[in-house]
Amino acid sequence: MKAVAGALLCAGAILGTLAPALAAPVASEEACAVAAQLVQADAGLAKAAAAIANTHALTIVIAGTTSSTLPGAQGAALAYPARLELALRAKLPDVTVKVVPYAAPRRTAADMAQTFPAILKNDKPALVIWQTGTYDAMQGIAPEEFQGTLEQAVETLRDGGADTILMNMQYSPRTDAVLASQAYAEAIRWVALEGGINLFDRQAVMRHWGELGTFDLMAVTKSLDTAAQVHDCIGKLLADLIIQALKMSETESRETK
Amino acid sequence: MPPTAPAERDLRLDLFRGLALWLIFLDHIPSNVVNWITIRNYGFSDAAEIFVFISGYTAAFVYGRAMRERGAVVASARILRRAWQVYVAHVFIFVIFMAELAYLTRSIDNPLYNEEMGALDFLKEPGETLIQALLLKFKPVFMDVLPLYIVLLLGFPPVLWLLLRAPTIALAASAVLYTLAWDQGWNLPSYPTGLWYFNPLAWQLIFVFGAWCGVGGTTWMRPFLRSRVALGLAVAYLLFAFLVVMTWYFPRYAVYIPKAMQDWMYPIDKTNMDVLRFVHFLALALVTVRFVPVDWPWLKSPLLKPMILCGQHSLEIFCLGIFLSFLGQFVTAEISRSIGMQILISALGILAMIAVAALIAWYKEVEGRGAGPRSRPPDADLAGGAA
Repeated sequence: MKAVAGALLCAGAILGTLAPALAAPVASEEACAVAAQLVQADAGLAKAAAAIANTHALTIVIAGTTSSTLPGAQGAALAYPARLELALRAKLPDVTVKVVPYAAPRRTAADMAQTFPAILKNDKPALVIWQTGTYDAMQGIAPEEFQGTLEQAVETLRDGGADTILMNMQYSPRTDAVLASQAYAEAIRWVALEGGINLFDRQAVMRHWGELGTFDLMAVTKSLDTAAQVHDCIGKLLADLIIQALKMSETESRETK
Repeated sequence: MPPTAPAERDLRLDLFRGLALWLIFLDHIPSNVVNWITIRNYGFSDAAEIFVFISGYTAAFVYGRAMRERGAVVASARILRRAWQVYVAHVFIFVIFMAELAYLTRSIDNPLYNEEMGALDFLKEPGETLIQALLLKFKPVFMDVLPLYIVLLLGFPPVLWLLLRAPTIALAASAVLYTLAWDQGWNLPSYPTGLWYFNPLAWQLIFVFGAWCGVGGTTWMRPFLRSRVALGLAVAYLLFAFLVVMTWYFPRYAVYIPKAMQDWMYPIDKTNMDVLRFVHFLALALVTVRFVPVDWPWLKSPLLKPMILCGQHSLEIFCLGIFLSFLGQFVTAEISRSIGMQILISALGILAMIAVAALIAWYKEVEGRGAGPRSRPPDADLAGGAA
């Protein structure tokens, strides 16, 4: 069954008009692994683990803004939500993994938080990955207010039956001068710590790649190649984080039994 | 009768303003390792409080004397002229910033950063952006301090008038405004959205408090400043703030702060100058005044001379610092982010600030406007240059 799906996917890719562009995006395992030590689970995912145990299914919603997407016809397939789905399916062969991306431009944390009740009701995710901070920084939302929004929304998600993983902004060396994102990154870190939830530190991971030259984040280009490789790695590292956290939950539940 | 203000310029003001200018420069280069030495990492308040307090103190000291000797109209005219100078400096820095952005827009084109490029959207409407910048509503990152200073100076003439007649009432009125702004959420609007990063209605408190000290408030506070109990409380509070801030960097210790206390304490708001920040500054000032007396021999030492020089030409050096931090960001982004480079940039930046301050001092001296209080001419230029 899976082989058929895989074959269909490959066929689709080859038939796609952007086939040459697709050849490049899959990043090498080593490139992704360079930053692996920066991705550590700090907490379990009790609700996701329970969903897997009870229904053999895992629905993940990704709430985010433009940096959770890539442009172009192939953008959705190349962006990290789709890459995460692929990676997780490979790691959890017995589980029906579904990743539903809700990424739209120009949304503050408060804008996204407003959509959570409907998302919880319609998609019933066991896990929400929440990418935020960039647009709040752009809009100059007070960091304290931003933090308050996060704290409340994480509770909403918890009450609605979903674990949360927070994801901070991209590392973007050239926009440091126009975008003071540090206060927002700190707020995200703080909320993760205080709420006992996981943080995917996208900023640190990408900074590491930039500094080591794993990916050239300074290039002026219209090509999607590097962007797609970065997203591929983010998807893979996210999958690693989720697997780690699920294992933590398994150990915890075994210990309590 | 209010007590008379001190007659001699207090070199400690220049020293600590110079220090604040260096710290502001360092803090404005994101992800700079040298940031670790700046005070904001060890307590609630940071260089901004020092800068605004000393600016209030010197403004009251200089223009207060003008108001006593030449009357309210002349002194007010000098204050407004100073506000104009700061405004011109701000616009000048803004133009440099826009030039940097013009370069950035060309160099950031990458599909990975479609979202971040939105931060440059205002360049699509340069006319509107320019108008909003001239109205002080559009303030790029790290360009918030001078607009605050301009607004504080614009409102200063009546405040100074009152400070010279009824200092306690002036200070109380300032505290009432601070409380109202905090309670009612008053702030000025920014463009395209949001509010002022430094809420002038809140930050005026530390400026007016500085001014109150500058017109003689320190004389009234002398018994308090000398009290051992006050010193003990201040040290205890500084220690408390230090420990709290350490839990931000070593989060595993955060559990030792009771939940109720966290709820009461957080967020510690910079925009509205949280009262915890204000008290932290007061404690810091009290301890500093205690251990750095006005006749502290080190104030004459050549080692501290560079810092004092920078503090004596604060507007020029502040602007230079902003420019240098842009430059520093640019170099770290484009050339190297190595720790060695960060240290080099920080050191060179501070050296450049010292060199320019020395140049300005030299120029003022050859132009016959030496900094000695006796030779001070009646025109407001040096008053301006010093405040």
